[in-house]
Amino acid sequence: MSESAVQTAPGKLAFRTSDLSKVYGEGPAAVHALRGVDLEIPSGELVVLLGPSGSGKSTLLNILGGIDRASSGQAYFQDDELTAMTDRRLTAYRRRHVGFVFQFYNLMPSLTAHENVDLVAEIATDPMPTMEALDLVGLTPRATHFPSELSGGEQQRVAIARAIAKNPTVLFCDEPTGALDSKTGVGVLKALQEVNTRLGTTTLIITHAAATAAMADRVIHFADGQIREVIENDHKVSPDEISW
Amino acid sequence: MLAFASILDRKLLRDLWRIKGQAAAIIFVIAAGISLFVMSHGMMISLDETMRAYYERYRFADMYAPAKRAPDYIVEEISALPGVNDVEGRISGGGLVTLPEAPAPISARVMSFDPEAAAPINGVHLSEGRMISPTRQDEILLLKSFADAHGLAPGDSLSVTMNGVRHSFAIAGLALSPEFIYALPPGDFVVDDARFAALWLNEEAMEAAYDLDGAFNEAVLTFSPNANEEFLIAALDRILAPYGATGAYSRADQISNKFLVEELAQLSTMGRVMPPIFVAVSIFLLNIVVTRLVQTEREQIGLIKAFGYSNRDVAVHYLKFVLAIALGGALVGWGGGIWLGRMIGEIYRIYFHFPFLVFVADFSTLGIALAISALAAAAGAFFAVRSAVTLTPAVAMRPPAPPKFASGDGFMKTISGFLDQPSRMILRRLSRQPGRALLTAFGIGAAMGLSVMMRFNVNATDYMLDVSFNVVDRSDVFVSFVEPLSDKTVLELQSINGVTLVEPVRSTPVMFNHDRIEFLGGITGLPDKAALNRAVDTDLQDVDITGDGVVLSEQLAKILEIAPGDMLSVEVREGRRPTLEIPVTGIVESLIGTPAYMNMDALNRQLKEPNRVSGAYLKIDPRLRQEVYNEIKAIPKVAGVSLRREAYQNFEDMIDEGPGVFRHIMTVFSIIIAAGVVYNSARIAYIERERDLASLRVLGFTKIETGYVLLGELATLAIIALPIGSALGYLIWSYMAAALSTELYQIPVIYKEDGLGYAAIIVLLATAFAGAFIQRDVAKIDLASALKTRD
Ligand SMILES: Nc1ncnc2c1ncn2[C@@H]1O[C@H](COP(=O)(O)OP(=O)(O)OP(=O)(O)O)[C@@H](O)[C@H]1O
Ligand SMILES: [Mg+2]
Repeated sequence: MSESAVQTAPGKLAFRTSDLSKVYGEGPAAVHALRGVDLEIPSGELVVLLGPSGSGKSTLLNILGGIDRASSGQAYFQDDELTAMTDRRLTAYRRRHVGFVFQFYNLMPSLTAHENVDLVAEIATDPMPTMEALDLVGLTPRATHFPSELSGGEQQRVAIARAIAKNPTVLFCDEPTGALDSKTGVGVLKALQEVNTRLGTTTLIITHAAATAAMADRVIHFADGQIREVIENDHKVSPDEISW
Repeated sequence: MLAFASILDRKLLRDLWRIKGQAAAIIFVIAAGISLFVMSHGMMISLDETMRAYYERYRFADMYAPAKRAPDYIVEEISALPGVNDVEGRISGGGLVTLPEAPAPISARVMSFDPEAAAPINGVHLSEGRMISPTRQDEILLLKSFADAHGLAPGDSLSVTMNGVRHSFAIAGLALSPEFIYALPPGDFVVDDARFAALWLNEEAMEAAYDLDGAFNEAVLTFSPNANEEFLIAALDRILAPYGATGAYSRADQISNKFLVEELAQLSTMGRVMPPIFVAVSIFLLNIVVTRLVQTEREQIGLIKAFGYSNRDVAVHYLKFVLAIALGGALVGWGGGIWLGRMIGEIYRIYFHFPFLVFVADFSTLGIALAISALAAAAGAFFAVRSAVTLTPAVAMRPPAPPKFASGDGFMKTISGFLDQPSRMILRRLSRQPGRALLTAFGIGAAMGLSVMMRFNVNATDYMLDVSFNVVDRSDVFVSFVEPLSDKTVLELQSINGVTLVEPVRSTPVMFNHDRIEFLGGITGLPDKAALNRAVDTDLQDVDITGDGVVLSEQLAKILEIAPGDMLSVEVREGRRPTLEIPVTGIVESLIGTPAYMNMDALNRQLKEPNRVSGAYLKIDPRLRQEVYNEIKAIPKVAGVSLRREAYQNFEDMIDEGPGVFRHIMTVFSIIIAAGVVYNSARIAYIERERDLASLRVLGFTKIETGYVLLGELATLAIIALPIGSALGYLIWSYMAAALSTELYQIPVIYKEDGLGYAAIIVLLATAFAGAFIQRDVAKIDLASALKTRD
């Protein structure tokens, strides 16, 4: 592949946070979504975030992905402090390094699968060919379909193709299989793992399916806005062996 | 940024297509405003240009100098005056045309015309038949409008009484003339083609008919560029004084031209004042609609940003989106405006009897139209996009923030108690976002305001008409005499079987003079306790004219800068032509024109012509109508007979068919704007709530129940809009009435509920239609995909 795939030399940190907090609202109604998160994520790893609903997983992911801002504390991407970046620099960061996969796919309804991928590929510095990205998620025959003509799993795979097409440095997936059945979900996870191993993309996956943890390099357990436990997984399994 | 715009552009095109109904509605709203502007602008230029070209091509005279009898050689003397380009001495006289089917003789103007002249002053446009022969004395050219009104054609014969002698003429051809663009019967203020004839004879025939061998009675002249009007009037009056000059006047005082210029000025005022209001309203609406449209794209904006597109990319994208709509509106409006301008121009061409129309398609208006709508749309999009991009993408993408609803306190709680759940949803939603609700109501109200304004406009005209024909003039017939007659004529009229009431009037044309300000007008002398033709003020109260002085309309007093107690100098323009000094005893506000009233006896005393009348108003027994007409026909010296019923009809026709078309178009546009706005508001409300509505359906609510949540909200907003629209309409019309009023015409602001009711019906109908469309959308919600895909 290209250079961007290997720019994350093993051993280097992709993300580091210290005392990261996020408060929604103020006064008595304030919600502490993150309460001082200290975290290190090495480059190239596939990390799974687990935790009860409302524990702050999405919030953390959004801040690391540069689409939300922290209330206090620091978050670093490699050596750059995300929490200190201007809007413009955050935009550049997302543009250059980040791929997103959302729970509800969030495809542009008025663009075909191919065009949805193009949308991101067009602003990337070194994208892979759109068809290659679609091929990676097994959607070549569906390229010209509109989102409304695709099943949930297919839409999610378009979303993954869209996220990986730019050869991102990091890939964020917020419950990518949340809306899918187990079998389709496995297909999506395979696509993610494929990207992680082949391109070396640092990948963060939020999921409620604890079994998914089996395919991760690292599993972070979240509760109440804080990290409970971080487990390094020495016996990664293939997604094929996962079911929920 | 443009390099990767292609995919976004594709999204843009598809999105435009997806909201095509809405886009079309917005395009129509903006097009309505723009086309009105383009139309009136183009029409105004075209009419002015046409008038100018018409006058020039047929050498319409710059000045008229009537006399009783001036020898032909005087023409030489006149042509030697500095500033005179060309001069002709012609014979011009009054006549009466008798038609078998007409109830009364019809006033005519008869003029000598040299059929062999290459380029005569006051030439005619021969539209049918052929030119009169220079040798035959029994041939005439007839004014085409009159011929058309009576179905006369070349080859027919016409009976005309001139100088008391009846002649029969063969119609050689039909003609249009710049001198008779406006065909006004004497003593009338409305065009009536059927009751005014102009005819042209060769010189020999005219000399014979009016005993003017080797003489003329009217000099018509054209100016050279350096002409000095005042000097020429004085010189002509001096030269013609020995020959019974009645006073030279310039083109500005020529009756047809005067009315044409006045009419064009009014049109142009209307064209200047009305379209900007429509444009302003449609721009305001465009702004609201675009803002809300972009708001519905909030999540997509967040998503695009999450991918790394910059704020600028997003802004440019939505700018293109709204510009496409706005420019569509501008182009449709411009094209439509040109088309309408041509159509209306043609209507006016026929109305004014122009032989041709110079249509000027003005490209400067295209630029203005594009600029206006682009700016308005951009401004609307700018604020919406700015508020969307200032959100972090995570927030923007979150499902439309469920607003914090409270069960409410006190009042709200009390009402809620009586309501079912869907009604509560409507109520809570409106009270949760009162700003948004008010803005929508205000938008609908503004659109309604235009309809209210148009209705008030109609009311004002109706009121003027009502005052003119039912308060001021309550007669059935007005008879005018060739010259002031003894009041025995009144007795003569009274003795006609079928005439129930006769009321004489003595009016005289005069030149008012005060402090070197001159004004050509007339004094109307009314009898004590006038009943058929009254002088009333704006409150419709009788004006007190019992004294010896003259009572002036406020407008006239303003022009002359004169106050009660001052002496007014009055040069009488008939009979012995005395100059009188008359005290101003009062000033009244008058609705129409610049009248000056006196007691009839006092006026006659001043004129030293006791017991003279210049006309009479009659009330007649409708069953004996024809008999009365026949008797009046037989009275010599009757110059004209005007029937109020016909005048009323003519006026109504004019309002409907002539300049009134302009008003009809504006009315239609106000409806289009209202419908477009209501539809868009409904659509946007639908888009914003599609998921909620789908959820309701999933929960087991019927289509009707689901639709109710949305349509109930729409209906509530429409109802809130009614008082807003009424107030706005009233404000707009008050402004318009003031702007449209001239010194001569006071446009009243008449408050009538029917105007509001009419506009309310338009808004409610538009709401019902929009509601029907939306209900159809609700019925078609694809539950699965509405809940599955998030956008
Ligand atoms: N915009 C917001 N305003 C107020 N509170 C918020 C907002 N967004 C999230 N929260 C709160 O912050 C907390 C963490 O939310 P977050 O979305 O990160 O949870 P999560 O772990 O992703 O949960 P889930 O597994 O259900 O997606 C929750 O209590 C949530 O209610
Ligand atoms: Mg979450």
